[in-house]
Amino acid sequence: MNRDSNSYTFIFATIMVLVVASTLAFTASSLKSLQADNVRKEKMQNILSTIGIQTDREKAEQLYKNYIKGTLALDYLGNIDKTVDAFQIKLNSEIKKPANQQRFPLYKAVVENINYYIIPLRGSGLWDAIWGYIALKSDINTIQGAVFDHKAETAGLGAEITQQWFMNRFKEEKVFDTSGKLVGINVSKTNNDPKDIDKNDHEVDAISGATITGDGVTDMIIERLNHYLPYFEKEKNLVATIN
Amino acid sequence: MADKKTNSKKPTLFFLNKESEPLFSKKNRVLLTDPLDDNNPITVQVLGICSALAITVQLKPALVMSLSVVAVMGASNVIISLLRNLIPNRIRIIVQLVVVASMVILVDQILRAYAYDVSKQLSIFIGLIITNCIVMGRLEAFALGNGVWKSFLDGIGNAAGYGFILIVVAFFRELFGSGKLFGFQIIPESFYEMGYENNGLMLLSPMALITVGIFIWIQRARNRKLIEKN
Repeated sequence: MNRDSNSYTFIFATIMVLVVASTLAFTASSLKSLQADNVRKEKMQNILSTIGIQTDREKAEQLYKNYIKGTLALDYLGNIDKTVDAFQIKLNSEIKKPANQQRFPLYKAVVENINYYIIPLRGSGLWDAIWGYIALKSDINTIQGAVFDHKAETAGLGAEITQQWFMNRFKEEKVFDTSGKLVGINVSKTNNDPKDIDKNDHEVDAISGATITGDGVTDMIIERLNHYLPYFEKEKNLVATIN
Repeated sequence: MADKKTNSKKPTLFFLNKESEPLFSKKNRVLLTDPLDDNNPITVQVLGICSALAITVQLKPALVMSLSVVAVMGASNVIISLLRNLIPNRIRIIVQLVVVASMVILVDQILRAYAYDVSKQLSIFIGLIITNCIVMGRLEAFALGNGVWKSFLDGIGNAAGYGFILIVVAFFRELFGSGKLFGFQIIPESFYEMGYENNGLMLLSPMALITVGIFIWIQRARNRKLIEKN
């Protein structure tokens, strides 16, 4: 058959597409469960690391069961929706909905009788999505720990938000100001406190060359935390009445 | 490249039924070693510069990227060489692209399932292999006109030549940019106390170009036949 004829070209292209598509589809579907399992364990690992429990992926599942005592799906009024499994909520599709239709996942951890509130974050960096978890102490103000991850930020610049030294800067910072207003944490380029010694300034030092990624971190913290205010209000009242 | 379309009259599918040339004959060894120096894809042919800038901030991604490129180039050169007498001339670039892209997706999927941490470390870089001009360049210039074994050696050789430069550049950028190698602190704390500073410029892309430039300078000073006469 003439290799330059149209029909040969069409036949070749059709066969090639079929072969490639089926090979890739077969590989993707046969590896899917392994990949999903990795992602699920990594999520547990990330949630645990915000409350200071570092573990490898294999042990994450067991430790998660030990420490995470509640996974709540909240609506925008702070009520608990028991029909939704909070762990399965995919924030990437959830944040596209209007706020009053969203469900906000919240993880409650108990370590040595101290309560922690772990809030999943998601926002945009420079190139693509960034996400993370932030754990608040039982005063619902001080940060116990934060963990960030990203899809496609620049290596060495924006991608540095996943580094321990950057995440450590958030520890002990406060998300509410003294008047009780939610201010979040500003990843700041003009901060007078590059060593992050002042833990009441609501600021951490930004990474050089990662301005937009840093702004993304700032934005996602305040945007996400805002939705939990009604629940925090209830929780604080509850604590007040017990005391 | 000069070695275009050297097919004999009878089509040879595998290297086995070729004239009895030893697997590592001098000619074949040259395919492997030439791209490391005399015909280096980055410093001599100036291909693949884009990814050399993007992923040489740290040594570890540069190393894993090099290994992935070796795998992808070896495999796609072999596949294109096997198909070289079947590929319609008019859509050969598309065919090459499809082969490279599927190899890259396969590597990515396998890493995600069995080496999740490595795949996270590489994130977008794996996808970047598709756009690496060296891969397509070798398919077009070599694998389309040469036997399977030769194409395999050529692919591995060029990927190694590329990876070698990547690792050299990443070594200097990570060492001077962040004082580390493979993420471990190399420059002692006492240097910093004496006033030494990491060079932040090393982390930015222009310094990758300058580092490659210095490498080209050294290479040409050593290897006189690379200097163009005009």
